[in-house]
Amino acid sequence: MADLTVDHTDTLLFFAFSGRLDAAGIADVWEKAGNGLRQGNGPALAIDLSEVDYFDTAGAAFIAHLDKMALGRNWDKTKITGLDSASTALVERIRKAGPEPSPDTTAPTGRARSFVEKKGRSVADFLYDAHTFIAFLGEIFWAFLSSLAHPGKIRWGETLRVAEQAGANALPIVALISFIVGLVMAFQSAIPMKMFGAEIYVANLVGIAMVRELGPLMTAIVLAGRSASAFAAEIGTMKINEELDALTIMGLEPVRFLILPRVIASTLMTPLLTVFAILVGILGGAVVILSLGHPFVAYYNQVVGFVSWGDFTGGIIKCFVFGILIAATGCIRGYQTSQGPSAVGEAATRAVVSSIVLIAVFDGIFSILYYMLGV
Amino acid sequence: MIRVENLVKTYGSTVACNRLNCRFDAKKVTVILGGSGSGKTTLLRQITGLEKPDSGSVFFDDMDLTRASKKDLYKKRKKMGMLFQGSALFNYLNIFENIAFPLREHTRIAENVIKNIVTMKLEMVGLRGNEHLMPSQLSGGMMKRVGLARAIVMDPKVIFYDEPTSGLDPISTGVIGKLIRDLNVKLDITTVVVSHDIASSFKIADKIIILYFGDIIAQGTVDQIKNSTDERVQQFITGSPEGPIPFTRTDTNYVEALLADTDKSMEKMS
Repeated sequence: MADLTVDHTDTLLFFAFSGRLDAAGIADVWEKAGNGLRQGNGPALAIDLSEVDYFDTAGAAFIAHLDKMALGRNWDKTKITGLDSASTALVERIRKAGPEPSPDTTAPTGRARSFVEKKGRSVADFLYDAHTFIAFLGEIFWAFLSSLAHPGKIRWGETLRVAEQAGANALPIVALISFIVGLVMAFQSAIPMKMFGAEIYVANLVGIAMVRELGPLMTAIVLAGRSASAFAAEIGTMKINEELDALTIMGLEPVRFLILPRVIASTLMTPLLTVFAILVGILGGAVVILSLGHPFVAYYNQVVGFVSWGDFTGGIIKCFVFGILIAATGCIRGYQTSQGPSAVGEAATRAVVSSIVLIAVFDGIFSILYYMLGV
Repeated sequence: MIRVENLVKTYGSTVACNRLNCRFDAKKVTVILGGSGSGKTTLLRQITGLEKPDSGSVFFDDMDLTRASKKDLYKKRKKMGMLFQGSALFNYLNIFENIAFPLREHTRIAENVIKNIVTMKLEMVGLRGNEHLMPSQLSGGMMKRVGLARAIVMDPKVIFYDEPTSGLDPISTGVIGKLIRDLNVKLDITTVVVSHDIASSFKIADKIIILYFGDIIAQGTVDQIKNSTDERVQQFITGSPEGPIPFTRTDTNYVEALLADTDKSMEKMS
């Protein structure tokens, strides 16, 4: 702990320090000294350090700095008293090594980045990221097309393993989320619809919403959180461990060897999971309708009569695209993992964020597309 | 065997390879020496085609790898083996599966033959009988030896070592050094070693290339290097802190830099 007493006379600004002038100590008196110096009108500064009981490099740098500020205001030479010879030499050394005092120390040094520059930079970064992402996506697509010519070269064993891990094992969570979404949606809409005696139309609402929008979207978001992060972490760890380089040197292309099986598995599993999600979501709605006293057959007929095959196909086609996006984003973010202990975690986070953003964007694109096509 | 011509590689404003010219002769052991950040690993990554250079060529068997098609590049890679700094073993496979991995992916050799090959390679690195262990159960030196067995399992014509002895105890260092030399002699493998370990490099090298901040400052036999009059080479060999190679990399004044920061925080306060 350190303390500072500031005193003015007509010819002198007087600082008396006491206590410990170390890194922690100068923090205590920093602000007071700075303000005192700025408000004082000189024309000289005197510093008394006789009450200081500990003094190290931090203290010396602080004293040298105060001296420099005083000189910068064109004051006379600062008088420092109460220091032993070794500490005086330390201050002297730092003062000598320091830069020439500038006439106005309050002028900003270095140009602060303007708002426009910052925004421009982040847009440029974003465009660059998008560019590499699209290029990588193209590479994966090309690898897929060229391996279609030799289907035997695709690693089907790995593909099935990923399909089980990222697909079959995700069934409980996908089913749970969809069931709850169907249930809640039916329940919330049943209350106002009952006022008009139209609660059976809850079936139409739940059916069309699950099939066209919420089934695919919920599945995709769950998979983004579950699979995209897993892919990014797996591939990211391999990258840090130089295993990707090892594969390359062995003559095995990581894109074909690791990424392609994941993309194929995810593309095939997302629509399948969505079918389950739609079914379970509609069942969730049925629970509400049954509890309102309608028979199940009525609910079933209402759903089947209202939801068309076109709605269903539209929903499922979206899922293929979502599947590609989820797997590709996860793998690409994993592949882009930088070095360092937090890199894999960062890659996983980026994978989830990017894939959810892409899912939302593509869902919007599909809505417009279907609207224009009249599906 | 391998020829590097006018190779340039930069990362931002850092020049990692500055118009490098060198050659790696067939069946010889060439050691690339250099301090941290001298560009030696970068050079290795260009030679193996893991990264593309900004300009210049790398000839492997008279084929320019920097301009080769992906297919040709991957074909050539089957003639390369590499031991990575961290060994790069696949963590989910045991030792046997790690070593058998390239065979299983590239060939249709029967399983009992694969078993024989793996046993032979493990014997070469002195680890026969440990097939069932997982990489996490191995010491650093053993991991390097397994990595080495995996690198030679396809009988490559060239083998690259990225800092094979860094982080190893003196005995493991000696073992790895001896293995590098033995494999070179027994299998007639062209060997390229990247290292900063002077003692073991002098023991194994036919030729030494010394890199300093992206430039080749010396190349030749061990004796030629030892007798070099270049002060930088001598400083590197003797490991002296005093000499033309500076300790600090910055040209700004230390105290000035410290006080500049203090100034800024003072300004913020006002």
